[in-house]
Amino acid sequence: MPRQTYWEAAVTFGLKTLLVAVTMLFANLASAQDLSPLQTLLQEHREILEKSSRRTIGPAIDAIADSGLDAAPELLSRWQNKELWQREEDGLFFYTEDAGKDAEGAAQLRLIDIGDGSETGLAPKSAMDQLKPNSGIRGMIGAALVRFQLSSPDAAERIEALDAISRDPEASHLAALSRAIDNEPDAAIKARKERQHRLLQIRFAEDTATRIDAIESFAGDLGVDVRAALNPLVVTRRAVAETLPEDPDIAATLTPGSAQLTRFEAYDMLVKEGLAPPLIDPAAQKAALEANIDGGAVAGIPLEELDSSAARDRAYAVLVTQGAVEPAATLAQIDAILGAHVFYERYTAAEPRVVASALATLVSIDRSVAINQVIDLVLDALSLGSIYFLAAIGLAITFGVMGVINMAHGEFIMMGAYTGYVVQLFIPDYTLSIIVALPLAFAVTFAAGVAMERLVVRWLYHRPLETLLATFGISIALQQLAKNIFGTQARPLTSPDWLGGALVINDVVSISYIRIAIFVLALLFLGLFLLVMNRTRLGLEVRAVTQNPRMAASMGINPDRINMLTFGLGSGIAGIAGVAIGLYAKVTSELGQDYIVQSFMTVVVGGVGNIWGTLLGAGLIGFLQKGIEWFNPSNTLAAQTYMILFIILFIQFRPKGIIALKGRAAEA
Amino acid sequence: MSDATLAPRRPRFMLVDKPSVLIFLAALGILTLVVTLLSDGMGTGAISTSFVKTLGKTLCLCLVAIAMDLVWGYCGILSLGHFAFFGIGGYAIGMWLMYERTRLIVEESLAGAVLPPTPQEVSDAIAVQIFGVVGASEFPPIWALAHSLPLQLAAVVVVPGLLALVFGWLAFRSRVTGVYLSILTQAMTLALSLYLFQNESGLRGNNGLSGLQNLPGLDDVPQATLSLWFFWASALALALGYLLANWVVSGKFGNVIRGIRDDEARVRFLGYSVEGYKLFIFTLTAVIAGIAGALYYPQAGIINPAEIAPIASIYLAVWVAIGGRGRLYGAVIGAGFVSLVSTWFTGGQAPDVNLGVYTIKWVDWWTVLLGLSFVLVTLFAPKGIGGLVDLITERRAPDRHGADLGPDQGSFREDEASKE
Repeated sequence: MPRQTYWEAAVTFGLKTLLVAVTMLFANLASAQDLSPLQTLLQEHREILEKSSRRTIGPAIDAIADSGLDAAPELLSRWQNKELWQREEDGLFFYTEDAGKDAEGAAQLRLIDIGDGSETGLAPKSAMDQLKPNSGIRGMIGAALVRFQLSSPDAAERIEALDAISRDPEASHLAALSRAIDNEPDAAIKARKERQHRLLQIRFAEDTATRIDAIESFAGDLGVDVRAALNPLVVTRRAVAETLPEDPDIAATLTPGSAQLTRFEAYDMLVKEGLAPPLIDPAAQKAALEANIDGGAVAGIPLEELDSSAARDRAYAVLVTQGAVEPAATLAQIDAILGAHVFYERYTAAEPRVVASALATLVSIDRSVAINQVIDLVLDALSLGSIYFLAAIGLAITFGVMGVINMAHGEFIMMGAYTGYVVQLFIPDYTLSIIVALPLAFAVTFAAGVAMERLVVRWLYHRPLETLLATFGISIALQQLAKNIFGTQARPLTSPDWLGGALVINDVVSISYIRIAIFVLALLFLGLFLLVMNRTRLGLEVRAVTQNPRMAASMGINPDRINMLTFGLGSGIAGIAGVAIGLYAKVTSELGQDYIVQSFMTVVVGGVGNIWGTLLGAGLIGFLQKGIEWFNPSNTLAAQTYMILFIILFIQFRPKGIIALKGRAAEA
Repeated sequence: MSDATLAPRRPRFMLVDKPSVLIFLAALGILTLVVTLLSDGMGTGAISTSFVKTLGKTLCLCLVAIAMDLVWGYCGILSLGHFAFFGIGGYAIGMWLMYERTRLIVEESLAGAVLPPTPQEVSDAIAVQIFGVVGASEFPPIWALAHSLPLQLAAVVVVPGLLALVFGWLAFRSRVTGVYLSILTQAMTLALSLYLFQNESGLRGNNGLSGLQNLPGLDDVPQATLSLWFFWASALALALGYLLANWVVSGKFGNVIRGIRDDEARVRFLGYSVEGYKLFIFTLTAVIAGIAGALYYPQAGIINPAEIAPIASIYLAVWVAIGGRGRLYGAVIGAGFVSLVSTWFTGGQAPDVNLGVYTIKWVDWWTVLLGLSFVLVTLFAPKGIGGLVDLITERRAPDRHGADLGPDQGSFREDEASKE
């Protein structure tokens, strides 16, 4: 500096002063233009807005969000949508709209004031800069916006904001949400807000006591979101040491070779920690030996002898002593190494007190989930049982009451389902078509049943095994016929809208309306059957013919007519069952086949000749199948296998079914 | 029934005590000779290798039909599960065929390696080859004996026999009879096929076992010759099976089982252990079915769980019923006739029938025809095709009092029957 002259210093000072003065003037000019408070705010943070970096943008977003200005939420959301532009000339911010092209063909934008939304004229696009927040910044803006959405006057928007929070919770939501609870007018949304608030507390609350309170408030809650919040708290990390540390965050010790920790995994951990030499697998060992072949031998052992793992281990050990290969543990040494260490899991996500309360809460949640799963299972089993009951009730009439085994029963079910499909081709209204299809299916299969009884079954009443075979012949003919007419692909039988969807009781228990409808239908048929059998002339005559045809005939009953009607009735009910089953299963030519064995099982297990037996049988089989599926949910094939085995064993103990006829009727 | 009880005593050491047996054996012998002479394997080529295989398979089906006839036509147990035993026989032999062939291939490929393979490596490589398709690479325990032909051959007999013994003991002990038993046997075969459909069964799930037509170590022998060998073996098995069945149903034992068919209670009151007889027949026929399966599937080349679905066993009953149950040659005729005609129709060889408005394609309509003809046979010709033979014999010998009243009516005395 000593060489610097006074002049130079004075000019430098003057220029600087001038610069400052001009800047000041400019700023004053800008404010003199009467900027809106929002614009002023943006100008204050103009630099970081222009820089638009995720790391530095925070204060700007906070300032806007905290400004309390009415226009702030709109600014944030427009900014987030990349609709905020800056005029290059003076740095002012505007919303824009595309305003076509000017006379020279250059694109231009219509400027809209950010303060009051009024139009402030046109500007060429080239004179404007678009603010392009990257995805990180957009996320931050979104988090800031949540606060406004949470107290938006529009209820739908508040719910949307809550959905957004539960989808992707962040620490910043916690404060926003706690401020938005008190002024919530809608009770349901308020409850949701409080719940979401507690969930956020579990994740993000700084204070341990608050966290624990929040965790414990969810004891027994079935929500999936609660488990999603709690499970990260109890994650564990595996660790290994020579002796078990005394820390309070040890979750469990693991035994190598158990389901949680295989021996190889355990050994892998040791290798990673440097506590054991790497394990050499047979392939690598073989490669190492092959690389060290020396004149037809490896380490002095002739190649021919290396055809067992013991010999290879020996050769490898020699190579190790020669220094030709890295030392490695063989399979035989693993056990000793594993035995010298202890494997354990430790909680890593939170401090022990939080983990403990999370664990306790999870246990109570698991308990109530289990209870609800049992309820769900019972509902499932009831619905499956009622399907079997529907499929079997017709069979119970023909097989149980008449002693005629009808292998074509399944095909009658199929005929009913196809009737429903054909009706829907003509009547597009689903509700109406179902109402038409039910009696029509009954009529079609009733006619088919009567025809079969007249043409085939009545000639074989004294030869039950031949009835079985003859009706089987009809069954394969009908099945192939359906295939020829309708093709092999599944046909839709669509249920009306009011049967769509499910009755959701809570997050675990739900049941589709169609299953409820089938359950109701099954009850209806039970009532109908009892009514017909016990309260009508027809029922009386059927019972008489069943018990003693000759005596019935001598009392003036025509057994032929009764047999025909009974068979028709059984077949007709199969047709209606077909419509019901077709509503939720695919209608194919194999539809009946899928149910025939289960239907027979239902009748046989329940006891022949008794409708209550059929009901019990259907219930038993439904519960059994669902129960077995519950133990092994991935494998429905296995469930069916075990169920059939169970039935075979069951027949051992009650050969005549659950409700066995006694006395003379049993011998008939 | 009448021939055995009323015929004069013949020396018991003669297996052949009826003309039908001689006729059957002669016919089988001629068929074998003709097929052999005309086959590809002998150079003439009038009968293609695939048709020799079809004939060989048909003979196996005839054998299992004889088993079915024994258990149903003679003993009155309508088993709808005998194809399960047939399938088990096929699986048992198929396991060895597949293991051994894969082992040879694997050993051949490993022979070029620098180090001789360890037993573990060989076994792993075989397992990967066989079970890669179901995503496993280790041998399930059920394959423990697959390396040994004698043990697997024993399994062909022992496994179906044991299964039938246990199942039959449980069923007969609790006096499950008639249609109940039919449904129970159907449930058994359904359970087995569902079980085998799972990959966890260890028998390759729905892929089944394949490549069975190649005998290990006999790659040089052309299929034409192999098919002939199997044809001979099937013919021999059928002949022996026929003789065995004929021996079982003649004499006092045969009378007892027919008595059980006609009136189980009456036989029981006479002091016979009905359950023992039924169990013996059930187990014996299961073993025969297992042997038939073990001969059938190497000719078919592939076995999968669909083969033992309940429908297969019902078809078996259909064959026997159409052929004529209660007579051994009836079963053979039924199985042979229906399965060959079925092959003809479903193979697309039958000419389509053009009705003007609709063309009947037999591939689609054959099953309908089979089902309906089956109903007609049951209704109008309960004796089946075999009943035609009666027309000839009755012409020679006039109808006597006390003649056979047919399988299910035999318990009726003559005067009762005339009143029905």
